[in-house]
Parts: sequence; structure tokens; C-alpha cells
Amino acid sequence: MEVHGEVWTLKELFVYPNEYIYWSVQIVMYPFMTGLVAGAFVLSSLYHVFGIKQLREMARFSLVLSFALLLAAPLPLLFHLLQPTRAFNVFLTPHFTSAIAAFGIVFSGYMAIVASELWFVYRKHFVTQALLLREKRDKSLAESLLHLLYSVLTLGAYDISEEALRKDEQAIRWLAGIGIPVACFLHGYAGFIFGSVKANALWMTPLMPVIFIMSAVVSGIALCMLSYIVVMEARRRRVSGTFNSYQMTREQIRGVEQHEVTITARYLVFFMIFAISLELLDLVFREYTALKSWDILRRVIYGRDFLNIFILQYLVGNLVPFALLLLPRLTIRRAVVSLLLVLFGVFMMRWNVVIGGQAFSLSFSGFMHYHLPILPHDFDTFKEGALGAAVILVVPYVLFWLFGKILPVFEPEETH
Amino acid sequence: MITRRAFMRRVLQTISGAIGAAGVAAVAFRRRASANTKTSRWAFLVDTYKCVGCGFCVKACKLENDVPYEANVTRTWVERYILTKKGELLIDTPKGARDGFISSRVQLGKDTYREVKPDEIAKAFFVPKLCNQCENPPCVQVCPVGATYQTEDGVVLVDRKWCIGCGYCIMACPYGVRFFHPVYRVADKCNFCYHRISQGMKPACVEACPFGARLIGDLNNPDDPVTQYIMTQRVSVLKEDYGTKPQVYYVGLSKEVR
Repeated sequence: MEVHGEVWTLKELFVYPNEYIYWSVQIVMYPFMTGLVAGAFVLSSLYHVFGIKQLREMARFSLVLSFALLLAAPLPLLFHLLQPTRAFNVFLTPHFTSAIAAFGIVFSGYMAIVASELWFVYRKHFVTQALLLREKRDKSLAESLLHLLYSVLTLGAYDISEEALRKDEQAIRWLAGIGIPVACFLHGYAGFIFGSVKANALWMTPLMPVIFIMSAVVSGIALCMLSYIVVMEARRRRVSGTFNSYQMTREQIRGVEQHEVTITARYLVFFMIFAISLELLDLVFREYTALKSWDILRRVIYGRDFLNIFILQYLVGNLVPFALLLLPRLTIRRAVVSLLLVLFGVFMMRWNVVIGGQAFSLSFSGFMHYHLPILPHDFDTFKEGALGAAVILVVPYVLFWLFGKILPVFEPEETH
Repeated sequence: MITRRAFMRRVLQTISGAIGAAGVAAVAFRRRASANTKTSRWAFLVDTYKCVGCGFCVKACKLENDVPYEANVTRTWVERYILTKKGELLIDTPKGARDGFISSRVQLGKDTYREVKPDEIAKAFFVPKLCNQCENPPCVQVCPVGATYQTEDGVVLVDRKWCIGCGYCIMACPYGVRFFHPVYRVADKCNFCYHRISQGMKPACVEACPFGARLIGDLNNPDDPVTQYIMTQRVSVLKEDYGTKPQVYYVGLSKEVR
């Protein structure tokens, strides 16, 4: 009879009999996703709270993307649970000495903040659309449904006078302001889940939450920039001649895009420096203090996981994009390559923490290798395999596309 | 005619009064409940000098506790430690020692073995392992839904109907005693055969051990021979530095033990 985790765990030397890699790829996906949520939100708040005007267009975009990612963020946990139908127990009997128990509260609180902010940002749009559709005669079924949807979304607040919109803007600033610490908390506590496991020599460090927040912001900004470029490029392709629905020429779009990317790249580099410094500090400290566990950690870090940590994470995922972004005259193409590498680097960092933390036995006398299931042969190897992880990556974009149907994610001329 | 303000005030007063009264009653009830009962504190004593690695304890445990016999997880296991004259340390526990150590081959990996000749050995011994029923259990601390909990007599249990299968408790245990039950798909571990000890019987492994290497006792009973041994003799526990306060006491642990 097969034990959960046995199929993807290969043991070597002395490992306790019950030890397997119980936290697999979905637990890598979970902090990766919440990291993207937090990062995207922080990016949007840079405009709303700190008034960094250059990021205006990026701000609405990243807020919507953040919301789409947020809705998808609990999915990896559901895929990971052996009893997913009992997931609701966390809300029914939260056991507050557990770092995971806060999930329900932090998550719903954060969701409420992002949803309200989004509502204030798009309230004017909801109202105008609802009024427009209300006036229209001989509505098709789709239009009637759309009318209903927009009417519900207004929540009955039809006042879009200048005074009301000014108040909206105030609310947005407040929500974005509260949202930053909550976003950091949401993600920092994901780091706390790992950092507080005293049984795990690799995870246990008070730096873990801070490292997680920094890499979260890095990955969030990178994803926003990347998605932004993709969407802008698609828009540019669709534009023909000088007249179009966006009232912009190809060159103008290119100009806006280039500008936004260059500005945001600076913030990305700034946060990358923090993230890398903290991670290196952690490594240096472990090496210098050389506690009992260092002997096995050293063999994992410099031996078995050398490729994953130093080549894939630090070199390919950090150093190369760092150099690419800092070189003068950043082009869109170079930015795309760097951003993909940054995202890959952050993913590898999550991987090296979650999987790397289980690469050695609690006995400190043996190792465990993880073999990611590619082709599933049962439900477990699907949901905790490459396919399950792919599903998690796709869902937020499906949601984002759906949101794009009802929200004007890119309307450069409109202000709020 | 009552005003809205007065009405609200009265409602709030009633609610706060009710909460206060309930709180006082609950505290009083708890005090009385804890004063009336003198509970046990279960602890284990393992004499590694007496263990020969026959694996009867593992076998008995699997059968008693409904842990699938062929599954590669177990609530208790026995480790073999061999220190060669060249200073090489070899440790293994094939199938948790369910079938006993009947070969001089030491298992080093899935299909890798190392033959050890008797004259190579400097010292060798067996160490049985089981849940330590820690006084400060990290598994209970991290369970997000409270499905794993500590009883008044010190045993840590798992509620199979409430566990969500997140595996956080498995990660938090420094001793590796927890696993996912292959049938119930929830966390599982040794509970000193709670269904037996609470009925005045001994755990299955204690009954099965032919050499008396495993004993259970009540630390709250000063006349219990196990308690007397722990109080008066030199004993040690596993991985003390994690601050878990384990309640499985060992005789004859060596520095090689993991």
C-alpha cells in the first residue's frame, strides 16, 4: 500500500521511516502566488499612496491583477490538503497558536480591502455603464444581464458628482495605505509558517518572513511589468493607422509602454537588492555560526542543491536579470527576458526553501530527493504534480481576462 | 415610548451582563473540575540495553493500531546503530524493523546495502522509537484546526474526523513520528495505545516485548516502578534542545543516537 509522498520521495542513507516529502510543489506554489499578490498590490499602492505619478497606468492594472491572483491564491492549499472538503474547518475552529489558523482572517481581511479599493476605483465606470444600459431600449439578453451586473456592482450608489468622486479617491488612498501593511502581513506570515518550524534546520530563522516579503515584492512587480508589456504589445498590434478606439497611435503606445517599464524597472532593482542581501545574510550567518545542523545543511546547499541554489536561483534568477536591468538604454525585449528570469529566480527561491528544507532527514544522517510527478497516474500525482502547478498558474489569468470584460483595465485618458 | 438610544443601551447591557455571568460560571466550573480529579501523567521508559531488535513491538503495534502492514509508515520503529572500528557510523531501520534485524546487511538507500562483518564492529545497539508525548508538543501548537490535542493525562491524540491533512504537524515534529495514514488520509502517530491504557491495559508494544525493554508508567503515581526508576536512576531523552520536553525516557542512550 502506497503512502502519501512515497511516490515522489527517494531516500538515501538514514532517514526516519515516516519521513517523506510531504510538502511538495503546491506548497512551493502557495508562497509564490501570495507573493505575487502582495507584490502587485504594493506596486499599485506606490501610485495611490505615495503619489508616484509615473506609475499611474500600472497602478490600476496591478490592482486588478492582484485581485485575480488573490482569488487563485487559496487553490494551491486546496490541492495540497489531503482532506480538501474539510478546508472550511480552519474558519470554524481556528486554533490560534498555529500560524496557518490566521489564514482565514488575514486572507478575508485582505480580500475585503482589495475588493473595496477596486470598487472605489471603478465605481464611476459601474454607474455610467449601468445608466447607459438602463437608457437603452430593446436590450439583447447579454445586455440585460450586463445591465443587471453593473447595477448590482454599483451597490445602489449612483452619485458620481465631483464631490462624491473626490471622496472615492480619498477612500482609495486610505485603503491602499492600510493594504500595504496587510499585504506584507499576508505574505510575511507565509514566511512565518516556515520560519517558525523549529524542527526544520533550514527553515528556522526569524529572517524568513522578511525574506519572503522582499522576494514577494520583487516577483509581484516583475509579474505586473511582464503582464503589462504583453497586454500593451497586443494592443499595439491591434492598432492600425492613426485612428483607433484607444485614440493612440502605435508609436504613442510604444512610448507609454517604454516609459512605464523603465520607471518600474528601477523599483524592481531596488527591491531586488534588499531581497538578495537578506538571503545572503542568512547564508553567511548559518555558515559562520555553524550550529549542529550546519553539517548536513552544508552538504545540501553546496552539494546536492548547488545547481538549484547557486546556478538557477542566484545566477540565472538574480544576477543575470539584475545586470540586464541595470545596463543603460533598457529595451522592451531585454526587459521581458529579465522579468522572466526574475520570476523564475523567485520561483526557485520558493522551491529551494520548501523542497530544500525537506532534502535532508530530521536525523541529520540522510537525504531525500524529490521527483516532481510530470505525467499523473492518479489524482494525487495530478494535483501535486506539474499539471496541478500549471493549473494554478493559469487560473489567475483566466480570472484577469474575465475581469477585463467588465472593467476598463486600460483607459489612459480617464482619471480617478 | 422607548427611544432608540435607550433601547440600544439596554440591549448592550443585557448582552454584556450575560457574557460576564457566563464567564464567571465557566471559571468556577473549570476550577471545580480540575480540583476533583487526580489524573495520570503517562510516560515511557525504554531500556536500550535490553532491546535485541526483534521487531515484535513494531509488528504488534501495526496489528493493534490498524496501520496497514505493508505500508512504509509505522507508529513505532527500532533503529540499529553500528559504529565500525574505522569510526564509520551506520544506521538503518528497514521497514521500521517490522521483521526484526535478521541480516548483517545495513540498508543505505532504497536498494543499496552494506555488508558488515562482525569483526569490523566497534559497538552496536538498537534504539526503539515512538511518540514522545511531549509536554510542550509542537505538533499541537501548529495544528490550524485543533484536530490534534493533548489530553489531561499527557497523551497527544489526533481527531481523524477533524484533521484537514495539511501536514503541518508532521513538519513540526522533530522526531519524525507522524505520518499520513494511507487509508484515512489524515495525520497519524503513536498514542501509547490510548484505547488500552485508559482501560487499565498496557500498550501493545509493551505487551509484545519479550525482554522488558519497553515499559509504561504514570509519573503522577510515586509508587509506580517506572516512575521510581525515572526519579532515581540516570535517564535521558531525545533531542532535548528543541524544548519539547519529551516524556519517553531512555536508559543507555549513546551520543550517536539521532
